[in-house]
Amino acid sequence: MSKRKQTQEYRSYYQVSWDILRKNRVAMFCLLIILMLTIIAIFAPYLTKYDPNATKPRDRFQSPNAEHPFGTDQYGRDILTRIFYGCRISLSVGIISQLIASLLGYFIGVCAGYFGGRTDSVLSFIIQVFSSFPFLLFSIAVMFILGPGLVNLYIALGLLGWTSTARLIRGEVLRIKNSEYIQACVVGGGSPFRVIMKHLLPNCVPILIITVTLGIPNAILSEASLSYLGLGVSPPTASWGSMISEAQPFIRGYTYYSLFPGLAIIITVLSFNLLGDGLRDALDPKLRS
Amino acid sequence: MSRYLLGRVFQAVGVILAISLITFFILNVIPGDPVQLMMGEFATPEAIAQVRAQMGLDQPIYKQYFGWLGNMLRGDFGVSYFQHRPVLDMLLNSFGYTARLAVFAYVLALVFGLVFGILAAVFHNKFLDRLLMTLSIAGVSAPNFWVAIILQIYFGLTLKWFPISGAKAFNYYVLPAVALGTRYAASISRITRTSMLEVTKQDYMRTASAKGVHGWMLVMKHAFRNALIPVVTVAGTDLGNILTGSMLIETVFTIDGIGKLMVDAINQRDLPLVQGGVMYIAVICVVIYLLVDILYAVIDPRIRLGGGAEG
Repeated sequence: MSKRKQTQEYRSYYQVSWDILRKNRVAMFCLLIILMLTIIAIFAPYLTKYDPNATKPRDRFQSPNAEHPFGTDQYGRDILTRIFYGCRISLSVGIISQLIASLLGYFIGVCAGYFGGRTDSVLSFIIQVFSSFPFLLFSIAVMFILGPGLVNLYIALGLLGWTSTARLIRGEVLRIKNSEYIQACVVGGGSPFRVIMKHLLPNCVPILIITVTLGIPNAILSEASLSYLGLGVSPPTASWGSMISEAQPFIRGYTYYSLFPGLAIIITVLSFNLLGDGLRDALDPKLRS
Repeated sequence: MSRYLLGRVFQAVGVILAISLITFFILNVIPGDPVQLMMGEFATPEAIAQVRAQMGLDQPIYKQYFGWLGNMLRGDFGVSYFQHRPVLDMLLNSFGYTARLAVFAYVLALVFGLVFGILAAVFHNKFLDRLLMTLSIAGVSAPNFWVAIILQIYFGLTLKWFPISGAKAFNYYVLPAVALGTRYAASISRITRTSMLEVTKQDYMRTASAKGVHGWMLVMKHAFRNALIPVVTVAGTDLGNILTGSMLIETVFTIDGIGKLMVDAINQRDLPLVQGGVMYIAVICVVIYLLVDILYAVIDPRIRLGGGAEG
């Protein structure tokens, strides 16, 4: 196939986006890291011969060595193993809470934008109230009541993290709701539900992809903060945040213990942030030249 | 302008009322019995009933809410369950530490964020830009309590430059302020850079450059002033986040600010103190956001819909 012919070929919006993303080396590298982290999270038990929670007092406080590449903690547990298992917590909290948040954000934003009028005023006020509440403080209050636990983390971070999605979706819907194809659907007897699901949703998917990708790192950081404060998952479950908190009494003699879980958080959050930036560049037609 | 202001103030009051409703609902209604929660599993039913009556919890829920709201408006935030002191006194006592830490962290974040952002934009796509932006994305991605611990290990324990706990003098605040400010310096530098690059494309920049304005004069007077508007929004929300972020930092450095007070209250399940603290911080944040919006209107004449005499 000649080069000329290739350029004339029809490329869909997502194909073009994928092409742009594929050329972004930083973003592709981050995607690779995220895939690796996902594999670690899923196959954690097969990647290590240690039990993350079984204590072995004889092996406590080992510096990194061949048996324990990241050393062991105060109960003789292998730190690398606990970081692998912590990856499950971080990724699942990040992804599930953001799916909940975008679902909520989408419906609230779409209703505000599409129905307008009083519905819009009420929903916009609710968006404003929730975004005025300091996020960490709010999630602390919610976790304080719900108690530690993985499912509670999904709920708390999902129910609180939807405001920016809702605001962006509302703006997008306001922009496109007077387009001819939407009017055609309404004139043709399409119900609001049909308009929202069939015509508005596909237009909002790029925004949702971006907000989910950029929301995940924030959720992971919030989970780490909550776990650090003892409000995340309950011990002995390994979470990066709770590992940092457990390591804190030993910073005088045993630096590695604090270092590794923090590096794990940075690498994960950084990858999602950079991938999110890349996706935004690839999916936002305004930035396309 | 004054109409815009008045509307915005009304809105802020509405937001505070809504937040109080949500806080009250979350902390009083969802757990079922806050007294049980507060007193633990081993309290006798008689003791629970007595405390319930004392706290007015045997009344209908809407009465409880209005009672609580009314008391708070009169400055009565209740009494701490464990320390038996008025919650408001405890919050006011601790606020000094938090405010000092937040101000130091904020000044750091603003100075470094703006300087780095401007430098990155001026040296767009050069080495300095890449370096600063790599640092800033790492800064945004690092959990601040972990940065705090690493600073403690390196500058506190290894180099012994700064103390690692307490808040007795200025040098006690250096590490906590750096730990707290890093993330926001990073986010401010990112938005400053983006906004500066956006402004550089505008027509008035070409005009200024055509009429002979060059170098830093062009950058500071024409680009920076116009680039400030989105920066103000981010910097404003960041101040609110710094106040809440200080919870973790105060815990790491054992500074007796509001954050540590709240974390201790949560661990002791001291409901009146948690409730009062949440409201106190939330109100401060709403007031900050209000001030930011007003500042926004002062900087950007396009927002002042009503008037337009000045600017």
